[in-house]
Amino acid sequence: MTFVVFTTFVIYTTWALFQAEYYYAEPYLSPYYSPVLFTDLSQPGAAPLEHAWFGSWPSWWPDFIPSSPAMLILVFPLSFRMSCYYYRKAYYRSFAGSPPGCAVGPLASKKKYRGETFLLLIQNLHRFALYAALAFIFLLGYDAVISFWRYGEFGIGVGSIILCINVVLIAGYTFGCHSLRHLIGGRKDCMSCGKNTAQYEAWKRVSWFNARHMQFAWLSLVWVMVTDLYVRLVAMGKITDLNTW
Amino acid sequence: MAKRSFKVWRGDASGGEFKSFEVDVDPGMVVLDVLHRIQSRQANDLALRWNCKAGKCGSCSMEINGKPRLACMTRMNSFGDDETITTQPLKTFPVIKDLVTDVSWNYKQNQRIAKFKPRPREADGTHRMYQEDVDRVQEFRKCIECYLCQDVCHVIRDRGAKDEFVGPRFMIRLASLEMHPLDTDDRIPEIRKEFGSGLCNITRCCTEVCPEHIGITDNGIIPLKERVVDRYFDPVAGLLRKVRGITVRK
Repeated sequence: MTFVVFTTFVIYTTWALFQAEYYYAEPYLSPYYSPVLFTDLSQPGAAPLEHAWFGSWPSWWPDFIPSSPAMLILVFPLSFRMSCYYYRKAYYRSFAGSPPGCAVGPLASKKKYRGETFLLLIQNLHRFALYAALAFIFLLGYDAVISFWRYGEFGIGVGSIILCINVVLIAGYTFGCHSLRHLIGGRKDCMSCGKNTAQYEAWKRVSWFNARHMQFAWLSLVWVMVTDLYVRLVAMGKITDLNTW
Repeated sequence: MAKRSFKVWRGDASGGEFKSFEVDVDPGMVVLDVLHRIQSRQANDLALRWNCKAGKCGSCSMEINGKPRLACMTRMNSFGDDETITTQPLKTFPVIKDLVTDVSWNYKQNQRIAKFKPRPREADGTHRMYQEDVDRVQEFRKCIECYLCQDVCHVIRDRGAKDEFVGPRFMIRLASLEMHPLDTDDRIPEIRKEFGSGLCNITRCCTEVCPEHIGITDNGIIPLKERVVDRYFDPVAGLLRKVRGITVRK
């Protein structure tokens, strides 16, 4: 099951990454493409110019690479998921077979086992991916808020709800991060020292999310795909967004 | 009463094999009860270790249908009516006889860990600490040393890294000391270099088999790995230490 869902995510995300079109349907922006740093207005379903932080797509961009805004930013959320302590379990077991299951012999090669001490030392940089992931909560939150305004008029659509659920699930997943739990208080031996400190309260709240990290991880993983697909289908005109506008 | 099929590993350090038994099982029995019935009626020389029969002494650890479990906490009605139940000794440790293994390697790991080193007493002569600060480490004190986590850990079970990784049970013992509000010893360099925190790849099997439901991975090993990151892999933390004039052992 883990293998199927995770493989689906990798395939779908890679496909979406290279599409470079139909990622925007006023007022909805696909989370895979947020924030839009540059926009290529020649592409159908591209974000309007005012949505792009730095304007039009740069002319120096090589022709053989699609002008996809997702390529510029997706490394941040993906590195957060790929180095996540929960997902490590999932992919070490399902993909690397190290081990494939508890009390089951490893599928991996018989070479000397190094765990996370050699190439996988890079996993130790998870907290830096966390810093980016925290910024993405605000970015996706902003997208969710502005999805209630279409051409300056307030309203609500199915897309607005989908974008809101997306940011809630991603925030739930990010707030349960083990690195965040450590940085926010876990690194200290004396978090309260007898006082009801903000640090201790924050650690308790992050611990609540941490205990549900797996659930938020899978829900947010699936939902971000659903959100991209919804925006894509609306932008392509394949489905009609039910809304109040 | 129903007849149930058991396969019990019989042998010693030189080798052995599974022997089949048909046993009468009464309602409410656990696997340990059935093994005792086999011992009393069919195989008087069957060796198995047990003590409390309440999941608190950690003696009757074995592999039941391939899963590391306590025999006294594995109810017979958790298996299908026609299911053959297979019991074998813990794979990670050398067999002494039948279902009894030599777990002394674990005691040697425990001896490698530096003892609790509390800070000096306060002016009123007390060692004062607060419940919420020790809650974390008290979770680890629930450990009954059944060594199911050690048995299931693939690093020491299948990877032959017994000299390099101390195992989940002792990672949480290290965590209980490292996170203790009174302990003054700096254990981070040893946790990384001698006890092998980097060899754990977070597959959580130890947590899954723990009969005391200790959050071995989430509350013990990962927080230790994060403290190692603070010390060795986080340049920002290193810079902050430098600015604040804090020197640490590496």
